[in-house]
Amino acid sequence: MSRSEVKTRLERLELPFNAYGVDPYGVSRWHLGVVYEALNFFYRHYFRVRCHGIEHVPARGRGMLVGNHSGGVAVDGMMVIASCFLEAQTPRLAQGMAEKFVNATPLASIWSSRCGQFPGLPENATRLLEEDRLLLVFPEGARGTAKLYPQRYDLVDFGTGFMRLALKTRTPIIPFGFLGGGAAIPTVANLYGLGRVLGMPYVPVTPYLLPLPLPVPLELHYSEPMVFEGTGNEEDSVIQGYVEQVKARIADIIDRRRNERWQAAVTP
Amino acid sequence: MKVLILGLGGAVARRVALGLRDQGHTVVGIDTRPWADAPEGIEVHTVDLRKRGAEDVFRTRRPDAVVHMATVTSLRVQGEERHRINLGGTRVVFEHCRAYGVKHALFVGRHTFYGAAPDSALYHTEDEPPKELASFPELADLVAADLYASTALWRTPELTTSVLRVCYTLGPSAQGTLATFLRGRRVPLVAGYDPLFQFMHEDDVASAILLALDKRPRGVFNVAGPQPLPLSVIVRQAERVPVPLPMAVLRQLVGRFGLPRLPRGALYHLQYPIVVDGHAFRAATGFTHRYDEVQTIQSFLEAHPAPPSHRAQLRQGLETLGVMKP
Repeated sequence: MSRSEVKTRLERLELPFNAYGVDPYGVSRWHLGVVYEALNFFYRHYFRVRCHGIEHVPARGRGMLVGNHSGGVAVDGMMVIASCFLEAQTPRLAQGMAEKFVNATPLASIWSSRCGQFPGLPENATRLLEEDRLLLVFPEGARGTAKLYPQRYDLVDFGTGFMRLALKTRTPIIPFGFLGGGAAIPTVANLYGLGRVLGMPYVPVTPYLLPLPLPVPLELHYSEPMVFEGTGNEEDSVIQGYVEQVKARIADIIDRRRNERWQAAVTP
Repeated sequence: MKVLILGLGGAVARRVALGLRDQGHTVVGIDTRPWADAPEGIEVHTVDLRKRGAEDVFRTRRPDAVVHMATVTSLRVQGEERHRINLGGTRVVFEHCRAYGVKHALFVGRHTFYGAAPDSALYHTEDEPPKELASFPELADLVAADLYASTALWRTPELTTSVLRVCYTLGPSAQGTLATFLRGRRVPLVAGYDPLFQFMHEDDVASAILLALDKRPRGVFNVAGPQPLPLSVIVRQAERVPVPLPMAVLRQLVGRFGLPRLPRGALYHLQYPIVVDGHAFRAATGFTHRYDEVQTIQSFLEAHPAPPSHRAQLRQGLETLGVMKP
């Protein structure tokens, strides 16, 4: 995809930009253009992302993308954001719920907020969904990116906040499985002490020390939307049951695709 | 209706007074600042709100509604004096309202009440508590005045109380926190941060107050106009020179080299946004803003173009003296 195609898609992005190219949340058309051009390179050429089921991402209206975390840094989040913009029939801005330290970090604060990536607060998430935006949620949180290489395909406990939010705002959940993040950033250790000093949850360490991603192919599989009925005030056991259904769907995507890859590798 | 405006010397208060007069209401105003050329139909009392003279105005003029805009936001007035004006003054206003049968009290507060923090929600609603006062103690008296006014809702239920938390104002008068900040040629920013700033035209603020006097909504309301903009965009559109500096450097330089004087807590407001949700006020009064963000900045710029650079000033001086040819 050329630079002009990124520009064309940017013009088709259905966001209420004002005369200065800024929307009511401070999302900036100019900043998005710069970031999407960079993401386009990484998505198409560096990671060669294979995306399946993008048709499950709604062309407009509210939606919550829920998936597994992998890799020491948020490469998965960036590739999901790129896929919703580059692959979807109608380009969409997926708005992530970032860790709070991002907003407190110079430069990251500007670029994350200008690109619609806000601190993961229920107030922010509710407002965005009620304005029919597309929300990106990793219910594993920072524990998800902290997975070491051997656990790269495992799922740690999911938080339940996303499910209460989806019920409260009547939002369909689009589960997705992300494969390859653990190989792109093969984390062998996490430095929690250094992270605290730097104001981050932890600092991942790779065999080559720096947490820079390797150019390995990544896979992204979106599944059919899941719609749950309720008010968001249900008992914990009910919510946990719904969360387990979403987790099982994601685990199923990952297992199925790993199996297919293994079959393809052994079949002559 | 007879309306008493406290703090009549401000740009917005004067607009409210003129608006009320034009609607046929009786307007009485109090301020320590005289309004020399006050127009016909506006009765001005140059007295201190906390003194006997102000109570006399309440007793003799018996207003139906009171608009309290006599709080000091300027950070040049600090310490005990600010507390006396903002807290003591607000207390006196509500005591007089109760004593002299006022039906509607309208307190005009600020949206900065909510505080700026990296983990704050982007849009604040009325039910949120004040945050980050520890980092900006200079705001404490304004927050206390706002909360005191809010308690009138249950302390004196016979008095209809409206507390408005109004975002920054901008316009031809160049009064107010944001306008003062933008007045110079160079505007300091914190390098690596660019918070959203929410502002509205001073005519729109006056319209919102007039509407609140008409509809008398009971409760606390955020008042907002057009959508917020990143501070850097406002600075550029106001044709000022943005000067992004690391926080450690900025702390040392504010108030020098042509940069505005700011307390430490205010620097936090240059890092993180304070943006309010004005839905409740719009629903209660039907308020809509007339000026969008482009027109509002333009109105400020037309009235206050950026001061020329030192080089241009020097050149102009030399030309005036005949040392250089124009």
